[in-house]
Amino acid sequence: MAKITASVYTSHVPAIGAALDMGKTHEPYWQPVFKGYEFAKQWMTEQKPDVVFLVYNDHATAFSLELIPTFAIGTAAEYEIADEGFGPRPVPKVQGHPELAWHVAQSVIQDDFDLTIVNKMPVDHGLTVPLSLMFGERHPERDAWPVKVIPFAVNVVQYPVPSGRRCFQLGQAIRRAVESFDPDLNVQIWGTGGMSHQLQGPRAGLINREWDNRFLDRLISEPAELAQLPHLDYVREAGSEGIELVMWLIARGAMADVAGGPAPRVAQRFYHVPASNTAVGHLILENT
Amino acid sequence: MPLEKPYLDIPGTTLFDADMSRKGYWLNQFCMSLMKADNRVRFKADERAYLDEWPMTEAQKAAVLARDLNECIRLGGNIYFLAKIGSTDGKSFQQMAGSMTGMTEQEYRDMMIAGGRSPEGNRRLGEDGDAQPHRQPQGAAGRKKD
Repeated sequence: MAKITASVYTSHVPAIGAALDMGKTHEPYWQPVFKGYEFAKQWMTEQKPDVVFLVYNDHATAFSLELIPTFAIGTAAEYEIADEGFGPRPVPKVQGHPELAWHVAQSVIQDDFDLTIVNKMPVDHGLTVPLSLMFGERHPERDAWPVKVIPFAVNVVQYPVPSGRRCFQLGQAIRRAVESFDPDLNVQIWGTGGMSHQLQGPRAGLINREWDNRFLDRLISEPAELAQLPHLDYVREAGSEGIELVMWLIARGAMADVAGGPAPRVAQRFYHVPASNTAVGHLILENT
Repeated sequence: MPLEKPYLDIPGTTLFDADMSRKGYWLNQFCMSLMKADNRVRFKADERAYLDEWPMTEAQKAAVLARDLNECIRLGGNIYFLAKIGSTDGKSFQQMAGSMTGMTEQEYRDMMIAGGRSPEGNRRLGEDGDAQPHRQPQGAAGRKKD
């Protein structure tokens, strides 16, 4: 049977991708950011997941205002790297896992979560920056990502966006779906985006270190209570783009303890300000 | 019954809600068109002519031509769409975000390195933080004003 072995949480700042792609990782500005992910790269070589269920948001890349799915699951075999205005990031194409993706779609929709099924979409920095951070740099043609990826896009751009509570419940349904898939697969679920940041208006540049760290504490120890937090609190305290953090609750909802299992082990916790406009947060939780 | 908008009391912040989306539909779709290299070339060659191909308001076109991102947002633009204009101009997200505060690029960058903008005084209108309307523009530009 397929099993969710761990969840990973990380920011997906586009400037991190640019720093990687332009060879700036050793500059004093970027060094502390990448140092925070050294553990993750080592950990990955030991974990060897077969599939990553990657929760992220599209940044007006695959979805314009013509079509705005609240929750979209990628069921394709392959995903192109998007051109976000500077040309595509020089990273390998993303290989999907259509069989598991369709299984999850069927199971989760029958479990009352109305997903949009997507067979073709380019993936942007929201998805590729976490892959680069967790697996290190990969050559666009010579290399491949060492894992299949199921992209799961959440609308956090156009209001109304889904509530933290809904995201947390959806994570639980995803867990039930994955763990009812027959083939033996080591599956990780990642929640990306955040932490505090605001990219617009006179309040641009907002960072709330105290709130972010409290969010990390609560995500680890009391996720069900954290999931009750209303949108307004995210925006007021963590900036208009801090709302991305609801996506972390999808990954957290898929962990074993939420379904009555043992508490997860905290394998890594990292926090750094700034990466461009953003507070970078990163957490790895293992099911024990 | 009108929809509740409990977020209107956050200073210096516009949520991209249903009303903003309706207002900014063509502005944002114009921005989206800049994802294609050919369109970027045509836009750069004659911005006004390219904008005139879109059913945008005159105010929206003027805000784009002036690269006034705060005005673009007020007229329904969303930052992730507006970022396509920035990409076309070769600007980073930090340069774009900074431009909305009135600070110089260096001032904004320094604020971020020093830990970012504090939420203190910036949670609700009527407080006295640096993002409040009575304290714009920020940085040297604001000091000059006094």
